[in-house]
Amino acid sequence: MTAIAPHLPVLQVLVPMFAAVFTSFMRRGNSAWLMAVAASWLSLAISLALLAQVLQSAAPVSYVLGGWAVPFGIEYRVDRLNGFVLLIVNLVGSMIIPFAGTSVRKEIDGNQQAWFYTMYLLCLTGLLGISVSGDAFNVFVFLEVSSLSTYVLIAMGRHRRALLASYQYLIIGTIGASFYVIGIGLLYLATGSLNLADIASRIGPGMTEYSRPILAALAFLSVGICLKLALFPLHVWLPNAYAYAPSAAAAFLAGTATKVAVYLLIRIYFSIYGVAFGIDVLPVYMVVLLLSLAAMLIASFSAIFEANAKRMLAYSSVAQIGYITLGIALANVSGLTGGLVHMFNHAMIKTTLFMALGAVFYRIGSVQVADMAGIGRRMPVTMAAFTVAGLGLIGIPGTAGFISKWYLVIGAIERGYWPVVALVVASSLLAVIYVGRVVESAYFREPSKTVRDATDPPALMLVPIAVLAALSVYFGLDTRLSAGLARGAAEMLLGGMR
Amino acid sequence: MLSADPVNLVAAALLVPLGAAALIPLGHKYPNLREAVTIVAAVVLALVVWSLLPSILAGATPRLTVTEVLPGMRLALAVEPLGMLFALVAGSLWLVNAVYSIGYMRANDEPRQTTFYMCFAVAISATMGIAFAENLFTLFLFYELLTLSTYPLVTHKATAEAMRAGRVYLGLLIGTSMVLLLPAIIITSVVAGTLDFTAGGILSGKLGAAGLGLLLALFIFGIGKAALMPFHFWLPAAMVAPTPVSALLHAVAVVKAGVFTVLKVIVYIFGVDTLAQAGSGAWLAWAAGATIILASIAALRQDNLKKRLAYSTVSQLSYVVLASALFTPIAVVGAAMHIAAHAVSKITLFFAAGAIYTAAHKSEISQLDGIGIKMPWTMGAFAIGALAMIGVPPTAGFLGKWYILQGAMQSTNWLAVGVVVVSTVLNAAYFLPIIFRAFLKMPAAKSPAWVAAHPEERADHGEAPLPMVLALLATALATVLMFFRPDVPLALAKLMIGG
Repeated sequence: MTAIAPHLPVLQVLVPMFAAVFTSFMRRGNSAWLMAVAASWLSLAISLALLAQVLQSAAPVSYVLGGWAVPFGIEYRVDRLNGFVLLIVNLVGSMIIPFAGTSVRKEIDGNQQAWFYTMYLLCLTGLLGISVSGDAFNVFVFLEVSSLSTYVLIAMGRHRRALLASYQYLIIGTIGASFYVIGIGLLYLATGSLNLADIASRIGPGMTEYSRPILAALAFLSVGICLKLALFPLHVWLPNAYAYAPSAAAAFLAGTATKVAVYLLIRIYFSIYGVAFGIDVLPVYMVVLLLSLAAMLIASFSAIFEANAKRMLAYSSVAQIGYITLGIALANVSGLTGGLVHMFNHAMIKTTLFMALGAVFYRIGSVQVADMAGIGRRMPVTMAAFTVAGLGLIGIPGTAGFISKWYLVIGAIERGYWPVVALVVASSLLAVIYVGRVVESAYFREPSKTVRDATDPPALMLVPIAVLAALSVYFGLDTRLSAGLARGAAEMLLGGMR
Repeated sequence: MLSADPVNLVAAALLVPLGAAALIPLGHKYPNLREAVTIVAAVVLALVVWSLLPSILAGATPRLTVTEVLPGMRLALAVEPLGMLFALVAGSLWLVNAVYSIGYMRANDEPRQTTFYMCFAVAISATMGIAFAENLFTLFLFYELLTLSTYPLVTHKATAEAMRAGRVYLGLLIGTSMVLLLPAIIITSVVAGTLDFTAGGILSGKLGAAGLGLLLALFIFGIGKAALMPFHFWLPAAMVAPTPVSALLHAVAVVKAGVFTVLKVIVYIFGVDTLAQAGSGAWLAWAAGATIILASIAALRQDNLKKRLAYSTVSQLSYVVLASALFTPIAVVGAAMHIAAHAVSKITLFFAAGAIYTAAHKSEISQLDGIGIKMPWTMGAFAIGALAMIGVPPTAGFLGKWYILQGAMQSTNWLAVGVVVVSTVLNAAYFLPIIFRAFLKMPAAKSPAWVAAHPEERADHGEAPLPMVLALLATALATVLMFFRPDVPLALAKLMIGG
């Protein structure tokens, strides 16, 4: 064990990557699934071990690939922030993958099932790579790995529109990636470095001759990453992508993909520009603040009027991302803690909701709210989990969502932004409406013919749904792990700023 | 059975109904077993809360911290006198109501009874949580749980009307609590650095007069369950629920949770003295007074018996708000007394309304001519309840009004005195005609042809099933008994103000 311990950062990426290579040679979906389960759970164990290492040592855990010294070689660098993000991604992955076994068998043709797991593992590799890497260009490579595999995952959806949704995302995702590359290109021109920590120490008020390219880089990076994290109004690709992707893929992407992009944004804002310039000189925070508020309100309204429950959840995701980026824009300890803890809480909640809809789709072949009439009594555990997670989305006290809201509102009060306080609480009322619509239909309307024979799905699907729903309540009552880590990360980020 | 340690009793008060809620679905196929679970749990709960009483009267404050959610934000329980009183009322009436429910639900052949009893038990557990909350966060958590667990009871009938009512119910209660109450709690936490209910309040010297007034408004209107106008619409809407729900939850547990929260916030968060000195809370007496009068006028115009009772509840709730808005200790005693008195008398009125609906299938007041002859016990109990609403001795209603009036005179608040007097007249104006109709106004003789055309009138009826009659007689008796033996509520109310 002690021999492995120093290599954990790189193993975090290598385990799913090699598993993907193996599954790509497999023909049978089941053996690929077993491989994916093993890799996901091993990956979770690695992230837990890494987190333990990070929490023990004051300095970040650093790993240099191939022994090339920083800043010339690629560095993998894990601190409180990305240790937390790695945990989120792996927690979601390890819950999705048992669920996926049954869901994929139903939704994807036999000869493509192994492919699905290959793409899932590559996507996991990419997301973990973005989180763990301390090298701007290496991050770009993993960004592309995750994006390309995501396009394939979405295109595997049954509906013909899945292809269109995938293509739409391909175009927008490519633009986003290009912007990111231009951004790091400008930074490289100015600093001659690609190591994130090194860039931070090289730019700053002293570099007046380069200030314009550096600020331009910030603009390019912001737009590029915000396309990836679907910040309003750059979110148009997301609703279709989530709605038409296979259920397991939608649940995985909703829980992880946007969170990792948010992480990247935080890294660039706080660890590079925040360290170099401080936050007050940059108007970008006000822009993010306003866009976050717009996302919370407008996307929530879109969710209210959406007839397809999966698309409704997708719009809700856009709104909830607004909560997270709001925390970034508030840029004080409480606000940032709120944003970070919401990454965690929203991952639990939204994955539960998407998986519950996946179970509904598995049984009745539809996720239209109207078709789900009366399903509450036919699939009691599934819909109970959906309801509990829905309460979390609203932010009822005793659920994880409440904790996020609590910190965000305190953050806004400390800044004196009273309208923001009002909008945060008002937007949770919109969540009451869109969650309530599904719950009302599921429990109080007469069951339709398709619903009448439905029952709860097999245990492999049901158990992860129930466990995650229970976790969304657990993390509303015991926040030592979620809010504790988020607060530690927020204090680290803001403490390092100028 | 249970260890007499008060801390265990506090835990049991929440866990017994919750355990019942978990067991009830198992008896889905065996209605007798299922109802037995409810009855046994209600008996145990009544025993638990009453055996908690002696230690509270002796001045103890049993405390139980469940978990610390965030630094300084605990999920914790503590029993203080006012909470004890609320728990006694709700816990004892659950038993009576359980007996009544069985009669009502079976006689009316209601669907989805398992869900009904389950949600009911969860609601009672939440009520106990509100009563015993040690701090604002805990109270808020159970407050929302109470809203959520009663929502399926409001929409129970699953008709379009019931669902619409459910939306109003959820929209107003969650809406006010999320948009107004939650920010108020967070602001309190930021300003005071704590959320604990503390004798004398936690905001003294932390905010200016204007700030206190604004925060008070956020709290008062945020506590939608107190049904202060204009956020009262949910209560008449909730009347589509089966009558046992209207009786225990929308006359006792939910609405009393609202005014109880108002009282707790004023006494233990702001502090009566802090508010009295700041002077910026004076608007509250006006708002409460307006609600009392306007709701009484609205009640006059309702022909539906349950709707009239609902508006009467809106009006009576504001008595408690008005009393707490006088910011004098004696009026706070009146508020606490009124919580208990209104509970037993209003539940009697609802029980009677449900008995009439079950036995005679009538829901409108204009249909009640001469019904007192056919259902003498029911209407006799109704009369007692109505007299208590008006505040006529020897009923419990008199006591609450007495202390509130005393408080109003002491603080020379003539507005409050006037409101109490006028509303008493209005109460009489909308309750006495019902009693008059029931006992003294005989229905016009029906021609045989008319009876042939209205088959539902043909079969004559007597009293409702025995469990229902027993239940409403019990609460009517309690209404009178409380007048002669007000020792327990009075002792608790006085203990609360530290005397």
